[in-house]
Amino acid sequence: MSSPALEIGALAAARNVVARDLLLAFRRPGDWLQPLAFFVIVTMLFPLALNSEPSVLRTIAPGALWVALLLASVLALDFLYREDGHDGTLEQFALSGQPFAVLLLAKTATHWLLTGLPLAIVGPLAAVSLGAPGGSMPGVLGSVLLGSVSLSLLGSIGAGLTLGLRRGGALLSLLLLPLLIPTLIFGARATQLAILGDSAAQPLYLLGALAILSLTLAPLAAATAVRISLE
Amino acid sequence: MLEVKQLHLWRGDRHLLKGVGFALHSGQALQLLWPNGTGKTSLLRCIAGFLYAEEGQVLWDGSPVARTRDAFNCQLAYLGHEPALKGDLTAIENLRYSLGLRHKVNEAQMQAALQTAGLAHLDPQQPVRSFSAGQRKRVALARLSLWRARLWLLDEPAANLDAAGQAVLGATLVQHFANGGSALIATHQPLELPGIDARRWLSPEAAS
Repeated sequence: MSSPALEIGALAAARNVVARDLLLAFRRPGDWLQPLAFFVIVTMLFPLALNSEPSVLRTIAPGALWVALLLASVLALDFLYREDGHDGTLEQFALSGQPFAVLLLAKTATHWLLTGLPLAIVGPLAAVSLGAPGGSMPGVLGSVLLGSVSLSLLGSIGAGLTLGLRRGGALLSLLLLPLLIPTLIFGARATQLAILGDSAAQPLYLLGALAILSLTLAPLAAATAVRISLE
Repeated sequence: MLEVKQLHLWRGDRHLLKGVGFALHSGQALQLLWPNGTGKTSLLRCIAGFLYAEEGQVLWDGSPVARTRDAFNCQLAYLGHEPALKGDLTAIENLRYSLGLRHKVNEAQMQAALQTAGLAHLDPQQPVRSFSAGQRKRVALARLSLWRARLWLLDEPAANLDAAGQAVLGATLVQHFANGGSALIATHQPLELPGIDARRWLSPEAAS
């Protein structure tokens, strides 16, 4: 019988997962466009609900932006593992002989490309529409970009834990939002400093540190969480 | 060779598997014909590593699989209740991405496997979403034959298959045994596998 050993390495297998998820997203764009539309609509609600005084809007812009970003991310995380968990794909990942955490990290990375990255691109535009000066856009972009990496990675742990539940969405928010508070604090602070025209370097460094920390620890925790949910 | 020794498994407060043991050599099949709810699926999932047995051992070629899980998984193909196919992808795309986790994929081989499974007449652009349950099972059988795994764990492989589909299943299995593979099959209807050492195990209390 031909050798049943693995012919390809973990990286090639991870590339295969990324290619598959991108193709699926292309076939069904609703999944990743929804959180983006949610984010845009929520940020647009603030000028309507408050008054359209630019000074007021500029004061609340960082908070409004980041709360909307957090909620949109959690909304997006609900479909990170759900379909693959229900149709048996994650079981096949676990049995592939490839490192499970690497395959799941490939899924999370694709998920970030499809949700985190578009949010980071739209974020500065939303800030400007809330009265932030155009010069603040690089700072806002940096904060949302770094922040969304942590949000996706930490979120993958919560998505793994709630995978086995039929109605995991609400529990996912309750579980995740407290975990995401540090990212919210530093992200909103960086955005605020950028809007005020000050240097946002300090909170951006902290956001970067959070992103690196989640990159090292979250994939292993997520893999364990998914394994427990598969039981 | 797969050996299971004195396996005890609890699900919640139910003692499901009470000291199950058997050996499965290459070229052999073992058909689990246990009644509903007596732990067929749990036994398969336990060997696949999704469930942890409280007691007992699973040995592959003489060494415990708990210690060599990744190496054991490479030799394993598991076909569960869910066929692990994506509705938005075509049959060949499904094969490409599933097999691509382990092997360099070969388009001609995949086409041939789909043809053997009796799916050649379908539009190649058709997404699996529009397949019937039996056609999906046939795609899963095509994938099974391409995985080059030595041990197959099959959970109700004949479910949803028509007579022609069952013949495909039989032929796929016979080819697998001819290559020296083995299979543990949970099923309600005994499979007809002419010329194959395919023991039938009727209940967990009876000896294998």
